[in-house]
Amino acid sequence: MFSSQPNHARFLPLAQLHTLVAKLMQLAYQCLGPAVENGAIVMRELDAPDGLPRGLQAEQSPGRYRLTRDPLNRYFAWANGPQAIKPQAFAPKESLWRVERDDAGALQFAAVEAVAPAQAIIGVRACDLAALALQDAHFLSAGRRDAHYAKRRELLFLVAVQCAEPGATCFCASTGDGPTPTAGYDLALAELAEGFVAVAGSAKGGAVLDALNLSPATPQQIDAARQQGQAAAAAQTRSLPGRNLREALMSRLEHPRWDEVAARCLACGNCTAVCPTCFCHAEADEPALDGQSSRHERVWDSCFGESHGYLHGFNVRSDIRSRYRQWFTHKLATWHDQFGRSGCVGCGRCIAWCPVGIDLTEEVAALTAGVQP
Amino acid sequence: METPKPRVAVHKFSSCDGCQLALLNLGEDLLTLAERVELVHFAEAGPLDPDTEVDVAFVEGSVSTPEDIERIQHIRQHSRLLIAIGACATAGGIQALRNGADGAQWIAQIYSHPEAISSLAQSTPIASHVKVDFELWGCPVSGVQMLAVVNSLLLGVAPRDNADKVCTECKRNGYPCVMVSRGIACMGPVTRAGCGALCPGLGRDCYGCYGPAENANTDALAAQFASLGLTPLDIVQRFQSINSQAPVFLAAADKLRMRGDG
Repeated sequence: MFSSQPNHARFLPLAQLHTLVAKLMQLAYQCLGPAVENGAIVMRELDAPDGLPRGLQAEQSPGRYRLTRDPLNRYFAWANGPQAIKPQAFAPKESLWRVERDDAGALQFAAVEAVAPAQAIIGVRACDLAALALQDAHFLSAGRRDAHYAKRRELLFLVAVQCAEPGATCFCASTGDGPTPTAGYDLALAELAEGFVAVAGSAKGGAVLDALNLSPATPQQIDAARQQGQAAAAAQTRSLPGRNLREALMSRLEHPRWDEVAARCLACGNCTAVCPTCFCHAEADEPALDGQSSRHERVWDSCFGESHGYLHGFNVRSDIRSRYRQWFTHKLATWHDQFGRSGCVGCGRCIAWCPVGIDLTEEVAALTAGVQP
Repeated sequence: METPKPRVAVHKFSSCDGCQLALLNLGEDLLTLAERVELVHFAEAGPLDPDTEVDVAFVEGSVSTPEDIERIQHIRQHSRLLIAIGACATAGGIQALRNGADGAQWIAQIYSHPEAISSLAQSTPIASHVKVDFELWGCPVSGVQMLAVVNSLLLGVAPRDNADKVCTECKRNGYPCVMVSRGIACMGPVTRAGCGALCPGLGRDCYGCYGPAENANTDALAAQFASLGLTPLDIVQRFQSINSQAPVFLAAADKLRMRGDG
């Protein structure tokens, strides 16, 4: 986000942060920002331009997430919460089409339009943006564009924030996806003590930034932001041994480690639900009680669930070992075949939000020990 | 000529009536349903004809008395399909806590005329006695699930059996995991979905009232409960609650007890 082009970065003083939110609200965006719910930082609608909370922070470790206070009382000194962009673009539950019986008894099919408010999400991270690019590759690929996803996606306005304080579970530096946003945002901010270095990443982001009439960021401010990103990358304690683990993992499909991790894994699917790149879904029909209509529903599904591996008459992945291996090797190995890169963006959510604290980086290390990735 | 409506009965065994209430509480939907089926026996709602032939019999409650054993045979013989509803009917219910204890002694301690009580030593699920065509778990079951079952049968398809974990519904609803964010011992990761993650949605732990999910890794969950600070007895009690006799939960508790932990 910090190129050397003159004047491309502006400076938004702390006291004027609300003017950015006010501008987005004026443009009729429903503005989502961090809020605390059930002991976690979640994205919820802001009710006023000055509604962004200060000082939120969270300590994360395998299977553990605890809110804390940022001693510096910053706006964005938290690493991430369980969700950011994914539920806003890929809805957890939605109707795709409906069918009704007309007066003559014939069936009439109709598409259900996606509910898509124009939303601005304030505080998304570099890992979330990298994940969104992968979701886009899946849902918006040529020839099989998902209309529901597409409608919500194009109405999103993304205000990214550089991570200054990575969580202990973060490893985006090693996947190459963070901690400083480089693409995919409308606006990106880097929070400094006195305000934000702000850059636009799209025409609509540029228009918003121009409307705020801000001074250019000084070279010192830009440099401070750049250094902050470098320090955040250096502070990360977890990593993956390489960006392409395909061969290393596919040569270890019968490694005893799969049994060990299966003994610990609950097959609850939480890792897949919080993973910002997981896109599996299930579809089912929900007939109305009067027998005259039915809705075709799509819900988030997980490769850790029973029906995911069910083919006609049998289940190809009936035990936890095969389900964990499926998720892991798809995410880190065969994803390369599908999308040209790994499906992991280093957000660490699957580590923090695993109820039993299975650490993906630790599993990778054990499974690839002795193989050159 | 209209085809006759399917005849439906709702029977009660040893139970609290909560599952019948889940059906009654559906309000308008129940009236819609009543237009498509003939509710011939449903004591809680009014109609009484327990001995009649029906297409579908919903059975709430566990088999807990000598009379229950005969009655469930009779119902089975007079029903095309028999659907067990609720924790009592599917796992013996809360009253099955007596299965591992000296029930006769409890009765003697509590009642002034213990000889007036006629109950079996064990409280058992309906499927222990007769063939059950479909089971709906939960304490109580959700009315929406019951309607979905009736609806499927009316359409001539098998009801959908969702044995995934509560976590799947919890995450779809956008609830942060309470075990991770608050360190409380949630049974969601081993419990069957269907409630819509009611308890985690209110910031508390699931207590397993929908019974075991498929592939429930109770060992792993028990180990995590221990690292959250639960005593072995606490952990046994997590598994020995509403669905104490569901085989997976019973085995989990027995394993802990056998290690001498609980």
